[in-house]
Amino acid sequence: MSIHRLGIDVGGTNTDAVLLENEGVIAKVKTPTTPDVTTGIINALEKVLAESPIPPEDIEYVMLGTTHCTNAIIERKNLCKVVVVRIGAPASLAVKPMTDWPPDLKNVIGNYVYVVEGGYEFDGREISKLNESAIKKIAKEVKGKVESAAITSIFSPVRPEHEYRAREIFKEILGEDFPISLSCEIGSIGLIERENATILNAALVKVAKRAIEAFIQAIRSRGIKGRLYIGQNDGTLMSVERALSYPIFMVASGPANSVRGAAYLSGLSDGVVVDVGGTTTDIGFLSKGFPREAATSVEIGGVRTNFRMPDLISIGLGGGSIVRFVDKDVFVGPESVGYRLASEALVFGGKTLTATDVAVRLGMAKIGFVEPSTISLEDAIKASKKIVEMVENAIDKIKLSPDPVPVIVVGGGSILLPEKLAGASKVIKPKHFEVANAIGAAIAQVSGEVDRVFSLEVKSREEVMDEVKKAAKENTVKVGANPETVEIVEVEEIPLAYLPGNAVRVRCKAVGSLKA
Amino acid sequence: MRKIGLEDLRNIAVGASVLGAGGGGDPYIGRLMASQAIEEYGPVTLLDPLEVPDDALIIPSAMMGSPTVLVEKIPNGKEIIGAFRALEKHLGKKAYATMAAEEGGINSMVPLMVAATLGIPIVDCDGMGRAFPEIQMVTMTIGGISATPMSIADEKGNILLLETIDNLWTEKFSRSITVDMGGSAMIALYPMSGAQLKKWTVHGSVSQAEKIGLAIRSARKQKRNPIEAVLKEVRGFILFKGKIVDVYRRVVKGFARGRTIIDGFDEFEGKRLTIEFQNENLVAIDEVRGVIASVPDLICILEMETGEPITTEGLKYGYRVYVLGLPCPELWRTPEGLKLVGPKYFGYNVEYKPIEKIYGGELEK
Repeated sequence: MSIHRLGIDVGGTNTDAVLLENEGVIAKVKTPTTPDVTTGIINALEKVLAESPIPPEDIEYVMLGTTHCTNAIIERKNLCKVVVVRIGAPASLAVKPMTDWPPDLKNVIGNYVYVVEGGYEFDGREISKLNESAIKKIAKEVKGKVESAAITSIFSPVRPEHEYRAREIFKEILGEDFPISLSCEIGSIGLIERENATILNAALVKVAKRAIEAFIQAIRSRGIKGRLYIGQNDGTLMSVERALSYPIFMVASGPANSVRGAAYLSGLSDGVVVDVGGTTTDIGFLSKGFPREAATSVEIGGVRTNFRMPDLISIGLGGGSIVRFVDKDVFVGPESVGYRLASEALVFGGKTLTATDVAVRLGMAKIGFVEPSTISLEDAIKASKKIVEMVENAIDKIKLSPDPVPVIVVGGGSILLPEKLAGASKVIKPKHFEVANAIGAAIAQVSGEVDRVFSLEVKSREEVMDEVKKAAKENTVKVGANPETVEIVEVEEIPLAYLPGNAVRVRCKAVGSLKA
Repeated sequence: MRKIGLEDLRNIAVGASVLGAGGGGDPYIGRLMASQAIEEYGPVTLLDPLEVPDDALIIPSAMMGSPTVLVEKIPNGKEIIGAFRALEKHLGKKAYATMAAEEGGINSMVPLMVAATLGIPIVDCDGMGRAFPEIQMVTMTIGGISATPMSIADEKGNILLLETIDNLWTEKFSRSITVDMGGSAMIALYPMSGAQLKKWTVHGSVSQAEKIGLAIRSARKQKRNPIEAVLKEVRGFILFKGKIVDVYRRVVKGFARGRTIIDGFDEFEGKRLTIEFQNENLVAIDEVRGVIASVPDLICILEMETGEPITTEGLKYGYRVYVLGLPCPELWRTPEGLKLVGPKYFGYNVEYKPIEKIYGGELEK
């Protein structure tokens, strides 16, 4: 029996959709991303269904990788006003919440930052009593001014009670449905990074809810009954329920998808992946078939977190990049006409000189219906040189040795690049290159997690580890993975000295491919 | 004499993380605290040990406790100043300068924060040339310098003064106090004269950290191999290369204890290395050859591609790493030094062999 998967990937400029039958592409479309994002998704969905040789009810799986959340953070748009509460005074005051944040992002989220007494020691004793009246006062003070709350208590991964109690108080005053993000559910030990991720999560709940609800409505109303998954930061898929509560995990799913898609399409397992979109180019590193992960802390929109994410360089260059000549110098990007390419670029009869016009002028691609003759050949060559130089520099940056490596070029904007690049042993533009992200989303693996407390007096550590790994694998199978493909990717152990019986909290994550 | 500004602070933080040999804590928090102090009070003066007058009072300052606690329970910021002032008051004399007790991780940053806040210099030396888990494990102990009078402070405002009969007792009492204070505390201790400092500390450690940090950071910028850049600065050896497959951790009596297992690849394919740690990496054990490196030499784990030093609390399943072995300062290789910090003290029944004897043969020439 064949399996049909629909993968949709939303980028800054284009929204792509592919329909796979087993391993093969049976329909693919590329449509402009719309300002509200969701309309673009619906357009892509309609188009791909129109092209599809199979009826919608035959689609077993639908995967959505969307930039809703990433865009919201980077553009500082559609973010909730968040009340940020850290529980832990008098400890931790040397580094206040959001100390290292870019000021503009901090301002958008609202500067409702409080540190109150409470929190725990490593062994579960209280640092101080939870200052409930301060929390009540904060809730009353911010009522009507904020839309979401982020609560982080010192050592909450060991003992979350103060976070739970603070949530109760907030709900009493702000209402049962008021969105509250607790740090103990988002991250692990490491106060600043966990707190940052929790604040970003709280800021994203509104934009994620709107996006996901609109998407569900769109696919169901078109007769698709298949199981729905959302792409997350580590390149695996999560359930809709999880995505609604933890939108922060939706951030940066695109880059992981493009690297995996490139690997799949090129058949290579090592090399540099250059994904040229409409506004930006992401350069990642493919290592043994997976995106290379950033080793230490990762910044999202200038904020330090401890997420595992692909190691990536992003430059402001794409098909929609605006090209400007100032005196003798040429500038490409970072401003882009974005999704308005089809109306503003010269080749579409518009008035803005874009990188796409340069490529058409040099005969590298045939796009649009107007010859971009207003740009001289000399200028076009100059601009093209600049574009190639920008990409070559970025490739050089992500490589860790000067030796040439294979470069896989994907994305709709890859028409901008020539057949040869400095630092590349070869340049590969695989078939279906323009929809690599959507393919990456469609073939992504699902993941399952376990987070449990064990006593090491009853069982040995080996038994506990085996049990946890087994449970994580089972959970991965439950969300749809083929048992034969499941493997453990992450194990973390937190000692809980405050509980009798030598207790540990173990978190474990497994991934696997969806059942065929 | 020279000034240390914000950019130097970044280099020192990275280098001190390597010298931490897995311990000393993530300098990120320490750096934020020291940056804040330098921004507020201006750059810090770094003195060469030989520039310190013989009769001057020097008080080292440090954080004590578990690094795992510190990344979660961040200091209040006032603890260390309280501890320093309390010790000065007890001694009836103002300090001429402060210094690092250990030039590893956050403890490279704490004295810089103190120096900036109090407007006193910091001396380019420390008591370890690396990081070690216990109070008495400093070169000053070899020289018979007492750790006490010592002050210890928490974020709640408690400040305790200790007078003990020897440095091992200082360790015992201050460790229990640290656990009661929640696993991390701020301390001022080993008050000493300029003359003592010249004889019994490891000279040049701040500059050494800075050099290593600069080597890593510029290698990254220039696309050179950061591991090679480090090895150029420190006469070290590559012990292993592989992927972390297990991390086991406990907080026991205020220490982060545990081990990590690394499975080799490339030239180490098929081999397995176990590293045991107590805050710092103590021994590296090869499955077949047994102990291939031990304290007091430095065992450092660096991320394979960026050269980023990984502390024991930052170890995670799946990381691809280099394990480096670096020779320790010569004071540690004396019989008195080995008694304090040799493998036997940590419960390993092996004879200490200098790393270059195992790998380079330099000392045998």
